[in-house]
Amino acid sequence: MSRLTTSTKSSGGLAAVLPKAANEADERYRAAPGLRAAMNKVFPSHWSFMLGEVALYSFIVVLLSGVYLTLFFDPSMGETVYQGVYTPLRGVPMSHAYESTINISMEVRGGLLIRQIHHWAALIFIAGMMLHMMRVFFTGAFRKPRELNWVLGVLLLVLAMAEGFLGYSLPDDLLSGTGLRAVSAFVLSIPVIGTWMHWAVFGGDYPGTIIVPRFYSLHVLVIPGIILAVVGLHVALVWFQKHTQFPGPRKTENNVIGVRVLPSFASKGGGFFAVVFGVIVMISGIFQINPVWNLGPYNPSQVSAGVQPDFYMGFLDGMVRVWPDWEMRNLFGHYMIPAVFFPSILAATLLMILVISYPAIERRFTKDNASHNLLQRPRDVPVRTSLGVAFLAFYVINLINGANDLFALKLDVSLNVMTWIGRIGSIVFPVLAYMVTYRLCLGFQHHDRDVLEHGIETGIVRRSPTGEFYEVHQPLGDVDEHGHAIPLAYQGASVPKHINELGAAGRAVPGVWSPKDTSGTIDYGHEESAELSTGRELTRD
Amino acid sequence: MSTVDKTAIPTGDEMAGMTQEELARLGARLDGVELVEYGPRFEADSPAEKRAERQVAKWFLLSAASALAFILIFVMWPAGYQDPFSSRQWIYALFTPLLGITLGAAILCLGIGVMSIARRIAPHEVAVQQRHVGPSADHDRRTLGAELMDTLDKTGLKTRRGVLKTSLLLAGGGLASAAVLAPIGGLIKNPWAQGKDSELWVTPWKPAADGTLVRLTMQDGSFVRPEDLATGSIMTVFPGVPGGATASDAAVMLFRLRSNEPIRVRTGQDGFNYGDFFAFSKICTHVGCPVSLYEDQTGRVLCPCHQSQFDIHDGAKPVFGPATRPLPQLPISVDQHGYFVAVHDFIEPVGPGFWESFQGSTPWGSHPEVQPQPKPVFPPFGQLPKENS
Ligand code: HEM
Ligand code: FES
Repeated sequence: MSRLTTSTKSSGGLAAVLPKAANEADERYRAAPGLRAAMNKVFPSHWSFMLGEVALYSFIVVLLSGVYLTLFFDPSMGETVYQGVYTPLRGVPMSHAYESTINISMEVRGGLLIRQIHHWAALIFIAGMMLHMMRVFFTGAFRKPRELNWVLGVLLLVLAMAEGFLGYSLPDDLLSGTGLRAVSAFVLSIPVIGTWMHWAVFGGDYPGTIIVPRFYSLHVLVIPGIILAVVGLHVALVWFQKHTQFPGPRKTENNVIGVRVLPSFASKGGGFFAVVFGVIVMISGIFQINPVWNLGPYNPSQVSAGVQPDFYMGFLDGMVRVWPDWEMRNLFGHYMIPAVFFPSILAATLLMILVISYPAIERRFTKDNASHNLLQRPRDVPVRTSLGVAFLAFYVINLINGANDLFALKLDVSLNVMTWIGRIGSIVFPVLAYMVTYRLCLGFQHHDRDVLEHGIETGIVRRSPTGEFYEVHQPLGDVDEHGHAIPLAYQGASVPKHINELGAAGRAVPGVWSPKDTSGTIDYGHEESAELSTGRELTRD
Repeated sequence: MSTVDKTAIPTGDEMAGMTQEELARLGARLDGVELVEYGPRFEADSPAEKRAERQVAKWFLLSAASALAFILIFVMWPAGYQDPFSSRQWIYALFTPLLGITLGAAILCLGIGVMSIARRIAPHEVAVQQRHVGPSADHDRRTLGAELMDTLDKTGLKTRRGVLKTSLLLAGGGLASAAVLAPIGGLIKNPWAQGKDSELWVTPWKPAADGTLVRLTMQDGSFVRPEDLATGSIMTVFPGVPGGATASDAAVMLFRLRSNEPIRVRTGQDGFNYGDFFAFSKICTHVGCPVSLYEDQTGRVLCPCHQSQFDIHDGAKPVFGPATRPLPQLPISVDQHGYFVAVHDFIEPVGPGFWESFQGSTPWGSHPEVQPQPKPVFPPFGQLPKENS
């Protein structure tokens, strides 16, 4: 049997211990081929591929900080009278849940930091997922063979939103109670089984005394467990199906070009985890979030003006705000469906189904049943891109609707006007967004083709002997005998648009105050575009 | 099917003659990876290499320093709560930001350091790995399919043995239903179990069984008399029963309108007011937020949650926003001691709507019909007896 590693220097220390340990391990687990394959896995790199990592790493931060909070949080709605250090609330009756949240914030050393880390990490987790999802959508990464991962991704987003809502409800302060009240009404509004579901969830009428403990076990155990399992599956699929890549030199449907897990990708990823973690901790230290002690305990007869849910719930609240007073009455004699059902339950469910089934819908219409490992540029798929932007427009307008009272206040317009803008805008803006995006995509496509046919605009204007003015173009490929560019075919990759992208301006010299000595740098000649530009004459075209 | 070229595996002797780098490249090739570019970024001991090392080390040192700062602050800072008017408030207010900045910097700098190892120290590489595209190899697919079908055949589940199949399905279905029922069953409760007294129908304003009417109280529990409200003002009141001030369906807005304003009430609800005093549920009929902003001039109240507006001068009917139903009116009067009381409970469900709420009827019992009760004869407004306590 050969040894796993051949040490070159037979010195002591690590070099001696490692091969021995590796041999011992392999004799037991036969892990060499699997481990080597894992180390040799190639990952392509692009900034937009980091968005999924942001989501993953902030989820880990959420888990770690959440476990810490469980050490101090008391999920009970039993009543107590506050006697802690926070003077304004002394003597106020409140639940143990609220009291322990204040104690984490005021009396546990560093507890407020951890609470804020937990909340900020949750927000960044969800924001990261949304951005990641947009990247996947606009580049067509969800196409065959990766449809399942799209579905898992949407599930994760929905689960995380639910998880966030549950967490937000735990402190039992005035804000969380207001959110809980709304969800209670959403549940009640469900046709036929609404009241029964409410009784099942709340154990009776709103609010009851069991909802916080129930939410607690969902929040710390059930939903995180499901999220963890789905995240595992999601990442495993990326691993086994291999990551997609953007078209570019040497890249094909049948390969992956990038760096291997070792020596580079692992330290890139591990380091990035710490970067995300560190940024979250800094944000959480500097920016206060959910100062639960400010508004006091929940009381059904109180509400503060300008109540805002966490941002990911905003669009739902916005739809609820602008839905007109339409409800269905006299069903089967004397039953009804309250107005709030349509935006909160029906529209939200339909939107989710629409998003989940988008890959299937697109395949149905394009009849594209091939496997794709190369990504698309958004401009090259104008219909999809425009649909996506239209969806975003709908999302954003309703996010704004969710804060329409604040907008009305700040912009000094009437609330009713804001509501009407929201109602009409929810229909009109998506349509406009679709049309504008479609035009833009076609415009970008034409420009790409233009450059490939004629070359890059250099900004140099010349006058011919006949008096005619023309702009000099730098062709990207060969030229014919008249010096005209021979048109190049579009390959789905980004096309240089500025002469500097061809390396015409040279490279920046490193060093802030004075140029640094970079002698000894080995040049791997990486400027692909420089290759293109070498030895070409400026031509007229 | 695999598109990877099978790389010949060298013999032990051949491998003994290979350098470490050659073996490493062989390993990559065995995994379908071609190293198109691979090598150090700098010549050994060159200025550029030293510079790269220094740059990475700088981040690690920064990280260590921040961690030290964090530990010192965490342990030594006088972090006890200081109220906002204290001169030491800034010490308290700075504690969490300082912890966040130092701890965050320690983690962040470590991360940047590790990432720049990949960018500056680890060898430069451009690796190309072949993908296995499309389905598995033909022989794998066929043999797998055959094995599965063979199992079905041999056990007879594919064709014969109807009993076996049916009973297996029954067992599976039965167990699945039991598995669903076991956890869900305990949660199910009949919201209408109390018939006419179901929680969705009644509120704490319902008179006690002995007919005692419920008094209107302020948040602190004190009773309300007509003189407590100035003309054109509003007060939030609660039922004077235990838990009344925190019940989710009980809060009521008591208005004292101006006598010269034309007021319309909903049909069948005449006399629910007491002179210029009108009491409406504070719980929004949309989603149940407490309606709170009263505009005396227009007689409108606004719900801050989704901006529904109700016209108090017109039976508290919704005039804007998503709410569809008026705020239920509480019939009030004044008892012989001069305190406001609720004459009976609301005559319609309070708060957000639900399937059964429209005409208040369920197979288990409907919303209690409130008998048009003779209004208790109490002294009319203006001739109230003085408080006799
Ligand atoms: C999966 C994603 C998760 C999200 C999106 C999330 C979100 C939240 C949010 C928004 C809060 C309110 C925090 C506040 O401002 O006080 C919260 C509270 C809490 N979370 Fe999580 N959480 C997640 C996972 C977890 C996990 C895994 C645990 C425990 C193992 C946990 C434990 C807690 C506890 C104990 C509280 C209440 C303490 C408090 O409010 O200060 N969370 N969560
Ligand atoms: S709860 Fe009052 S408008 Fe929605």
